Amino acid sequence: MEAAVFILSLVDCCALIFLSVYFIITLSDLECDYINARACCSKLNKWVIPEMIGQALATVLMLVSMHWFVFLLNLPVASWNVYRYVKVPLGNMGVYDPTEIHNRGQLKSHMKEAMIKLGFHLLCFFIYLYSMILALIND
Amino acid sequence: MSGGGYAAQNGAGGSYTNGPSQNPVGVYSSNQGLMAPPLTGFMNSLTTKGPPPPGPNPYITGRHQPSPVAPPPSSWSGVAPPPSSYSQHPQPGVTPPPVAPPPSSYSQHPQPGVMPPPVAPPPSSYSQHPQPGVTPPPVAPPPSSYSQHPQPGIMPPPVAPPPSSYSQHPQPGVTPPPVAPPPSSYSQHPQPGVMLPPVAPPPSSWSGVTQAPVAPPPSSWSGVTPTPVAPPPRSWSGVTSTPVAPPPVGNHTGPGPYSTGTRLPPVFQNTMQPPAALQQAGLYQAQPGQMIRPPAYHSPSAPALYTQVQPSGSAAQLSPSLAAMSLQSQTPEALRVVNLLQERNILPSGAVTPPTPCLPQDLQKINCCPEVFRCTLTSIPQTQALLNKAKLPLGLLLHPFKDLSQLPVVTSSNIVRCRSCRTYINPFVTFVDARRWKCNLCHRVNDVPEEFMYNPVSRSYGAPHKRPEVQNATIEFIAPSEYMLRPPQPAVYLFVLDVSHNAVETGYLDVVCQSLLENLDSLPGDSRTKIGFITFDSTIHFYNLQEGLSQPQMLIVSDIDDVFLPSPDSLLVNLSECKELVQDLLTGLPQMFSSTMETQSGLGPALQAGFKLLSPTGGRISVFQTQLPTVGIGALKPREEPGQKAHAKEVQHLNPATDFYKKLALDCSGHHVAVDLFLLSAQYCDLSSLGCISRYSAGSVYYYPSYHRQRSPAQTERFQRDLKRYLTRKIGFEAVMRIRCTKGLSIHTFHGNFFVRSTDLLSLANVNPDAGFAVQMSIEENLLDLQAVSFQAALLYTSSKGERRIRVHTLCLPVVNSLSDIFAGADVQAITALLASMAVDRSVTASLGDARDALINAAIDSLSSYRSSVLSVQQPGLLAPACLRLLPLYILALLKHRAFRTSASTRLDERVFSMFQLKSQPLPFLMLTVHPGLYRADDLSDEGALNVSERTIPQPRALQLSVEKLSRDAAFLMDCGTVLYLWIGRNCNPVFLTQVLGVESYAAVPLNMDQLPELDTAESSRIRALIDWLRERRPFHPVLHVIRDESPLKAEFLQYLIEDLSESALSYYEFLLHLQQQICK
Repeated sequence: MEAAVFILSLVDCCALIFLSVYFIITLSDLECDYINARACCSKLNKWVIPEMIGQALATVLMLVSMHWFVFLLNLPVASWNVYRYVKVPLGNMGVYDPTEIHNRGQLKSHMKEAMIKLGFHLLCFFIYLYSMILALIND
Repeated sequence: MSGGGYAAQNGAGGSYTNGPSQNPVGVYSSNQGLMAPPLTGFMNSLTTKGPPPPGPNPYITGRHQPSPVAPPPSSWSGVAPPPSSYSQHPQPGVTPPPVAPPPSSYSQHPQPGVMPPPVAPPPSSYSQHPQPGVTPPPVAPPPSSYSQHPQPGIMPPPVAPPPSSYSQHPQPGVTPPPVAPPPSSYSQHPQPGVMLPPVAPPPSSWSGVTQAPVAPPPSSWSGVTPTPVAPPPRSWSGVTSTPVAPPPVGNHTGPGPYSTGTRLPPVFQNTMQPPAALQQAGLYQAQPGQMIRPPAYHSPSAPALYTQVQPSGSAAQLSPSLAAMSLQSQTPEALRVVNLLQERNILPSGAVTPPTPCLPQDLQKINCCPEVFRCTLTSIPQTQALLNKAKLPLGLLLHPFKDLSQLPVVTSSNIVRCRSCRTYINPFVTFVDARRWKCNLCHRVNDVPEEFMYNPVSRSYGAPHKRPEVQNATIEFIAPSEYMLRPPQPAVYLFVLDVSHNAVETGYLDVVCQSLLENLDSLPGDSRTKIGFITFDSTIHFYNLQEGLSQPQMLIVSDIDDVFLPSPDSLLVNLSECKELVQDLLTGLPQMFSSTMETQSGLGPALQAGFKLLSPTGGRISVFQTQLPTVGIGALKPREEPGQKAHAKEVQHLNPATDFYKKLALDCSGHHVAVDLFLLSAQYCDLSSLGCISRYSAGSVYYYPSYHRQRSPAQTERFQRDLKRYLTRKIGFEAVMRIRCTKGLSIHTFHGNFFVRSTDLLSLANVNPDAGFAVQMSIEENLLDLQAVSFQAALLYTSSKGERRIRVHTLCLPVVNSLSDIFAGADVQAITALLASMAVDRSVTASLGDARDALINAAIDSLSSYRSSVLSVQQPGLLAPACLRLLPLYILALLKHRAFRTSASTRLDERVFSMFQLKSQPLPFLMLTVHPGLYRADDLSDEGALNVSERTIPQPRALQLSVEKLSRDAAFLMDCGTVLYLWIGRNCNPVFLTQVLGVESYAAVPLNMDQLPELDTAESSRIRALIDWLRERRPFHPVLHVIRDESPLKAEFLQYLIEDLSESALSYYEFLLHLQQQICK
């Protein structure tokens, strides 16, 4: 059971890592002028909800399986995702807004955020991996 | 400090100026090695000892004085202008003769018509070389290095042809007089006559090239001329003010009489020139290649140089005093310490002029005109740390598509650009040698293409640095086909008109149709121009105007949830082919809906239909809307709570309510369709949502609150005039603008109406001459080894004649490394405008209260930074450098501006509209709405008046915006940008009443008077001349309201008196005290 939870989280985490990398690549494409803001934002906005769900899934799994430490680790990221999504002003076209992304250094902060998330997911990945192995051995 | 400091200045200055004026470079050249010292040392010395010496004045005055006065042209042709400097270095001795011609050849061009005669002499002198000579030209002027190139001797003329673009000149041999034709032919191929009408006569543009490209509106500015002398002394002696209890006179009276007495202003300014020269000399060495001017050369020609400077370029538009002052001695004047609490008269008597960057004179002379391109800091800090320390915003304000009176136009098959950063070649690049140039933005060394070696203006070979591209900071290229993604689009206009009951009620349809009928022929365009109409209420009506129909056919689409085009081919028709049908439609349209009872409005679907119609070609949609859209997609709900009293933290709904309009705008932008919105409405229309459609598609927004044809005749007049301008003004289609800056600087925020497609590329579906833009920058890499940085805005657009053109503006600014230099170069108006744009952003993303705090903090931070870092001697009071003395006033004005005020209840739409305006208006108009001009109107005199095309325009002094300045026995004119008020005092001179207003007594002045009667009296003609002049200088039509105490508009008038205490806002003096408190905390 324990092992199954961590295998599932591991898979989820891999997906989130890929997503973060995708975010970083797309944003840096925009930075380098390979794609325009409109295309970039519509690409990214598509993945905001999946990311949110993926993160929530990991959090809930940890909660259900009562791994408090990992749960608390995941919680802030999950709530940040939700907060960010809820806080989008009515007139904006999503978390990534093509008309705003070049203003006030937003591109940079999005980039920074994606980087931090990537780091976080990598950390989680190893935690899950370790816990999974531990669980398998204990079984 | 100021008193003593200044006394010292004059004394010590003597030696200083003497040196330079007699052998300017002599003195300086010794300093050359030091480079930096001259710059910084210069500043320091100014603050402490300072240069202006009374001694040498007479000497210089004798020489220079005339120059500002002298008609520019004469001085132009007479004195060898800029190019001379280039060609001279090689053999100064030999060159004089050749030098002369080029300038003259330049000066010929200005008036193409006039050209031949003036051309004649110079060409002869000039063409002599080419013809016989084969040799002379190459040998003489251009550096010897050129002559090494393939048979230079023979080449100049004959070689010329090869570059395909110039092949017009085929037989230059024939040329003695032909000189004239070539230039004209040059610019003319591209049917200049046709193209440029609004811009300027293109041929002249060519020639205008060299000299005054920048100078277009000297007239407008020169209004300042008469008075300029006065400003410094005046502001000084204005000194003693009532409010200040402390020692009002203290340090003031000292300098006051002092400055008035000792420095005769004009003289003084002239004297100041040398230091600048010095400074420049310093900068100079930095510039390799072409820019270098051997010191030896400098001194002999120095006088000449000075004289030229005055008439040229930006200097021409400055008031002489300021021009001279800022050119030469900006530092002392700009950094003069002003105690704001004690000095009341801080307004300059004329217009506030932008500071001039401390650049070498010949660079400055060709630098971009400040009306087009302005930077908040005319001296760029070396590092971000330094910028942070100064606490001033760094940004650019642009007016790239401004109507220019002179614009050089170049046709070339190969536009020379940097290979790595794609910068267009510009006057601030350096020529490493004859064949290579170094980009001033990315520092890459590029090759000069073969064609570029030939100069079509002087028809000489081997002098690439004399090409118009390198002589003009503002230039327009006719782009070859590489610059087109598709064939240039025709001009396409679509009018989308609201015809619901509410709309018909206002009666705007008549006005629109009438104006269109009148201006149908002057719509910019060519034979391909297309036009179409859509009207909408709860359904959408299309008009089939296909050729061959006997009358326009109305097609109604009532399925607004899924809009389709009933007959896609015949809705947009060729204007010239179907003009009669269009005219029929326009005549009939107002009546067609006169009895409509439909109250719903489906704007969203109508816009979608318009977008579908235009998306294949691109073009302009003009939307006229009179109410909140209620049906279909994009429907909005009223969000404004009536009677809501605005409190700082509570102004809500500044954000759009839906992203529909933004999305649609981006779609439009992607298909080169711009949407202009005319909002004529008495009720709340949610402009913040609707406005998005224009904002992101690069359109413009017009708002006429409470428009009603009968009830508000003044509004109607304004609407009519605005429409006329709107319909006939120049327009550029499928435009993009790229703003590049020197490596190390980066743009991080953009303000204006457009869509930022990628980091530095603004997508402008349409560009119009009344649109202003602003960007904020940061310094990402230190600019340590740079003397100057450049900014280039390149606007690529399709003219209404279907030509692809590129307008390039390049601005060059010096880099400095001391705080005092940064402060000395601060441009207070630009700073205010940029802060306003930033505050608009802040109030949308955060809250209005935040934005207001941020504005106040901006003033506090910069002044306290000045106090702590620049001032060496601390003294009580609120101290500001002279160049920033208006900052607190402007900030206060912004706080009381309709966009940010909290005191008076402001309707949400009006507030949002003001915010739009702040972000998208060009600086001069924006400043008027922020800080109106107040003039006494009943004692206008011809003294110091301005003469513009045989009209005498009185130039009254600008007064402070305070009730204290109004007096009961006078009349005052207030210029608030979009509205003019003529306030009549209760005891106003009866002569004024009868002679200007045509009424017997004060009581007989009508309560709502919108026009001045045309009376045949001196007073009447003077004031009307002034008002007309004020109106002419802006692209919109300000309405005039004559008001007296009982007038309903009086409250509005009083709100503009921003220096006074109002309901819940501080008075100017209180505001200053507040700032002082914060600063000293």
